[in-house]
Amino acid sequence: MELIYDQSREGRRAITLDALDVPEAALPRDLLRTEAAGLPEVSELDVVRHFTRLSQLNFGIDSHFYPLGSCTMKYNPKIAEAVAALPGFAELHPHLSSDEALWAHCQGAFEVVYEVEELLAEIAGMKAVCLQPIAGAHGELAGTLLMAAYHRDKGHTHKKKIIIPDSAHGTNPASAAIAGFDIVEIPSTPDGAIDFDAYTAAMDDTVAGVMTTCPNTHGLFEPRILEIAALAHKHDALLYYDGANLNAIMGECRPGDLGFDVMHYNVHKTFATPHGMGGPGCGPVGVSERLVPYLPGPRVARREGRFVLETPPRSIGRMAPFFGNFMMAVRGYAYIRHLGNEGLKDVSRVAVLNANYIHARLKHAYTPAFAGRFMHECIFTAAAQAQKGARALDIAKALLDEGYHAPTVYFPLTVKESIMIEPTETESKETLDAFCDAMLRIATRIEEDPMAFRNSPTTMPVGRLDEVKAARDLNCVC
Amino acid sequence: MFPDNLKYTEDHEWVREEGGACTVGITAFAAEQLGDVTYVELPEVGAAFKKGDEAATVESVKAASDVYAPVAGHVIETNAELEARPELVNESPYDKGWFFKLDDFDPAQLRGLMNAAAYAKFVEEQGH
Repeated sequence: MELIYDQSREGRRAITLDALDVPEAALPRDLLRTEAAGLPEVSELDVVRHFTRLSQLNFGIDSHFYPLGSCTMKYNPKIAEAVAALPGFAELHPHLSSDEALWAHCQGAFEVVYEVEELLAEIAGMKAVCLQPIAGAHGELAGTLLMAAYHRDKGHTHKKKIIIPDSAHGTNPASAAIAGFDIVEIPSTPDGAIDFDAYTAAMDDTVAGVMTTCPNTHGLFEPRILEIAALAHKHDALLYYDGANLNAIMGECRPGDLGFDVMHYNVHKTFATPHGMGGPGCGPVGVSERLVPYLPGPRVARREGRFVLETPPRSIGRMAPFFGNFMMAVRGYAYIRHLGNEGLKDVSRVAVLNANYIHARLKHAYTPAFAGRFMHECIFTAAAQAQKGARALDIAKALLDEGYHAPTVYFPLTVKESIMIEPTETESKETLDAFCDAMLRIATRIEEDPMAFRNSPTTMPVGRLDEVKAARDLNCVC
Repeated sequence: MFPDNLKYTEDHEWVREEGGACTVGITAFAAEQLGDVTYVELPEVGAAFKKGDEAATVESVKAASDVYAPVAGHVIETNAELEARPELVNESPYDKGWFFKLDDFDPAQLRGLMNAAAYAKFVEEQGH
């Protein structure tokens, strides 16, 4: 592919300046470049064509099916974009919230913050929510800092450990470690659930908290979650809910009712706001009653029909400037209000149905990683194919040539040659069938020739990338 | 399948006793499971470890894993070459791909580790 530098012609310009009508002044010598800036010399049309062409190479949810397991790449409805583009939101300066005298000008924005927090609390059965954290892992950090603040306040100096199952997102142990805790990892059973015996053995009064995802990262609902919660509470350990998979259970069960004390939401996943390539995210933190006094602040409160800012009495402080990624919350608000109670239930039901449909169609060609009923994503192991010579990576690359984004591979770490497929609720049966047909074609071809996809993809703008070199050789040289 | 002159742990480290010190690395099985190793973080020379302490980190294109001290001891030398050439862990796991050397270790702890046959059986039983 031609780089914009390849199109550079000496003296070509995208802009023409008007004739100079002021006295010419020399720039100070020490501010002058000693060598050329190395910018391409191109016309405006060159620039437009180059970047339009690049944009057409994008692979996104608006153009393609994107079954990236764990990431929940669902369609982002355009109504949310329309709402976020309203001038009252889009042109609002965040510093209006910094001066009490100006709060009259941001009552609408405050109301959205207040209402999103209330809606999220209701959806997950939490007492209160704070919008500040700007991503899932940032929400985890807020949550683990809240756990630390709670135990510090209670004088629980002996509580230093956080129990985390080996199926957790890698960010869970990282967040807990940054919050100052020691991590105790516990294994999963062959069924993909938390090993309850190992959990019981690890639990004692030095445990400050337990972090779990439910459905877990194996795509399975934790069958003994109530017992896990009860045992944690017996030892005054707080139960953390990683909301990454909340999209599987909306309207069916609520983390708060299961006994979770603190959680984060992935608004950018569950409530369909654009994400990928690192953001922007929105990872609000929700808490049960006993953690409310420690929430990050300031928070929006309603006093005598007016929205004001208040900081909770024992607040852990700010987690982000202003209200986090507020515009993501606006989009989430539009999504939640547009769908309503029944709509959100349908989101989860269809997400689970779609994942199980794919599971049913593929289970004879690829080995399911677990025997149980999957929730919103299904996981296969390509171990059998890998033994013949076609690894999960090759299957993922082959899918690119079929016109699909690759599923998540090699995660969760507990599954060998893992292929993790999350179709989400927004795809039609026709799309799911076409994807399954492609997966089955690939499986058949591997039977005939396991090495068939060793150099895939072959129809993309670039071929097989050297992932090892990319990770090892960090010194990029132009 | 695994060299007879080494001792092994359930976390897939190997240990070679020579000249009063223990050389530690990860097994060919572990290296293969990780895939192409892209980065190795080694301990400081002089660091003291208890048996089972996290002593090093190894990253591959697939995952990052901890390497644990198979026996208690002091770090007397690390394999600086891994910094520039992490691929040695895959290419030469028992020789050029070693991680660190420990002294002041307890021979009883070393004797408690698995021999090659027991480790081969352990790997087999893990369902790999």
